[in-house]
Amino acid sequence: MSTLLEVDDLRVTFPTRTGLIEAVRGVSFSLGRERLGIVGESGSGKSQTGRAIMGVTPPQAEVTAKTLAFDGIDLLAASPRERRALRGKRIAMILQDPKYSLDPVMSIGRQIVETLRTHEKVSKAEARDRALAMLEAVQIRDPARVFDLHPHEVSGGMGQRAMIAMMLIAGPEMMIADEPTSALDVTVQLDVLGILDRLVSERGMGLIFISHDLRLVSSFCDRVIVMYAGKVVEQLKASELGRAQHPYTRGLLNCMPKIGADRHPLPVLDRKPEWAA
Amino acid sequence: MSAEAIQTRRDWLLSERPASRVQARLGRAYVAWRRFSANRLAFVGLLIIIALLVVAAFADVLAPYSPTFGDLKGSRLLAPSAAHWFGTDDLGRDIYSRIIFGSRWTLYVVILVAIIAAPIGLLVGTVAGYAGGWTDAILMRITDIFLAFPKLILALAFVAALGPGIENAVLAIAITSWPPYARIARAETLTVRNSDYIKAVQLMGASPFRIVLRHIMPLCISSLIIRVTLDMAGIILTAAGLGFLGLGAQPPLPEWGAMIASGRRFVLDQWWVAGAPGFAILIVSLGFNLLGDGLRDALDPRSGDQ
Amino acid sequence: MTAALSVDRLEVVFDRFRALKGVSLEVESGESFGLVGESGSGKSTLLRAIAGLAPAASGTIAVNGKQLGARRDKAFYREVQMVFQDPYGSLHPRQTVDRLLQEPLAIHGFADGEKRIQRALDEVGLGTGFRFRYSHQLSGGQRQRVAIARALILEPSILLLDEPTSALDASVQAEVLNLLEEIRRRRKLTFLMVSHDLAIITHMCERLMVMQNGEAVEHLTAGDLVERRVTKDYTRNLLRASEGFVRTA
Repeated sequence: MSTLLEVDDLRVTFPTRTGLIEAVRGVSFSLGRERLGIVGESGSGKSQTGRAIMGVTPPQAEVTAKTLAFDGIDLLAASPRERRALRGKRIAMILQDPKYSLDPVMSIGRQIVETLRTHEKVSKAEARDRALAMLEAVQIRDPARVFDLHPHEVSGGMGQRAMIAMMLIAGPEMMIADEPTSALDVTVQLDVLGILDRLVSERGMGLIFISHDLRLVSSFCDRVIVMYAGKVVEQLKASELGRAQHPYTRGLLNCMPKIGADRHPLPVLDRKPEWAA
Repeated sequence: MSAEAIQTRRDWLLSERPASRVQARLGRAYVAWRRFSANRLAFVGLLIIIALLVVAAFADVLAPYSPTFGDLKGSRLLAPSAAHWFGTDDLGRDIYSRIIFGSRWTLYVVILVAIIAAPIGLLVGTVAGYAGGWTDAILMRITDIFLAFPKLILALAFVAALGPGIENAVLAIAITSWPPYARIARAETLTVRNSDYIKAVQLMGASPFRIVLRHIMPLCISSLIIRVTLDMAGIILTAAGLGFLGLGAQPPLPEWGAMIASGRRFVLDQWWVAGAPGFAILIVSLGFNLLGDGLRDALDPRSGDQ
Repeated sequence: MTAALSVDRLEVVFDRFRALKGVSLEVESGESFGLVGESGSGKSTLLRAIAGLAPAASGTIAVNGKQLGARRDKAFYREVQMVFQDPYGSLHPRQTVDRLLQEPLAIHGFADGEKRIQRALDEVGLGTGFRFRYSHQLSGGQRQRVAIARALILEPSILLLDEPTSALDASVQAEVLNLLEEIRRRRKLTFLMVSHDLAIITHMCERLMVMQNGEAVEHLTAGDLVERRVTKDYTRNLLRASEGFVRTA
């Protein structure tokens, strides 16, 4: 399998009034054309890892790595212009809440068309056709109607589908999805994941799926990285999650209530300082 | 005090686990102070205001001459010199001394207006915002009526009705300056009244009066303090404007606006008579504006509490 | 024996939108009852209507056999308290934990405030080290513990829980759920708990009601869910969704 993304010793540091805070402390992994899940709790650095790869880290933060290469391109050495060109065209990102990532004053269709036309020289008519086809591909039943709607006029699930359509329109090779379904109802969540899954496998994309939900990630991804306090504590195949070695991973799996498992009280995570060391 | 002692005191203030009510409150104030003092311009503003307070407090000591009695025979309209730093006016009074004593009147006006107008605005705004419905409609329409007139014109009308004099000028300015505070307080109240923490207090069985007084007002106060500070310059100018028109402070009170008014006749030949008090107004207004800007950064509850 | 809480054909209307369309339920004293549904199902509205935060258009609510009027009196708030979903929004940003806990005591005129605050903080596992902190100095889990302490300090018999753990990390969620269970056992409380997560509801509650579009879909016991004895498709869908993603190719 060809390697799409190579990350070696990635570090993200934020300066604060009280000193430096290391949000990501030496994360290494590689991604092929597969579904990779990054799981962790709040403050584990999972989102900052995704942002650093995408190049949307806040300006005051410092990003360093021995290697951070996408398809052979050194992302840290690339100029802001080159990175902008990569973003959207070859690397796409989906965020948690479509309400905040879609432009509220522009119709959904126009946003998709604009995205396409920034990256490819196509005629307006062709762009519109492709946008409609894309909306259909994310299983929006009436694409022509949704095309003219504004983001506030659609439901959360519909908005997230539109967001996926917008992100996929330029045909990226890699997608970073940061909690793409956490704001959605459980049943809608599965629909959206189904769409994402189909598109990723049909187009042979690499997907980084960032989530706090270990159960969801393990059922959706091929491989899982578990992060704790800015570090990777364990990397394993999703199918082998039951055989996880690290006490943190096992604790995370255990502490969730399950239907049918009558455990009172629930086992709680006993955090050891050496995990963060 | 040794560096070590300072360090422990700072740790005590910034403690994540305050051991008493007092420590928690002081710690919070200290964080705001650090944010404020990191802003150089705001610091300059604070220094100007402190200087104003000191000058007003020690006017008797600082002023070399009487502010009200001049030497009509020998020192009319003298240019600035070593004896009279800012020159003298048409009645032979030392302008420097008059400006020093004038600082008292400026403070008097500013503080009285703030004490009268801000609480009225706060009360009207929070009650209107929290009660909603008819109460809100009536209170806000009254506010709109006050806002519809230019401030100075309305103040003029009030002074004309009440009679000239500095107390009436203060009253008139206060009556005209509360509506913007009411608007701010109402806007702030609307953003918090549906929050869960207000809902939680309602669920405790708290009366609306208690909720407004103890839970909503404290949240509005910081934006109000900022706005009042920024308005101080405007209040000084309105007071000066009334003084200039002869409706504020009456002679021989050394009020800065009235001083400019009387100096206007010689502004081309003896510019310092009007120029010096004008400059004093400029500096003090600038001080309040800088201070207000700094307070905005330091007190803004949304600017991150970390 | 009268039910601790009984709701009969309750309707809630917001600007012509019927958020609740005649919902009835009975919760026995000491029982833990769950409300499950997706957003817009009316589960939170039902909770808020009971608490008096949402206006009831018709129908009745009774607590311990006593029917409630349009206005809640002080005695009601000593019987029924609520824990909100978002621990970041339910604590006043300018008040210390001490002040937050003192407020209910001051409103109801308790004299032994000092002792009660100590006890409430101990009970939710915070200890006195947290007493003078502001809410921004607390983590999400600690905030939720403070919110629980605040709800308990008036010693209510019924606790309304509106997704109390959905904003928390999984490990913190387990701690808070354990805490709630322990408190319920010790104080013999009645719970009415809202969640979108079937697993949490089956863990915490003996009986539950599935809701959709402001209506009750079905009444179940936790045992029914464990053994998959559900009758409605909607519930079946929820149950399937709770098991994670299944590839259909």
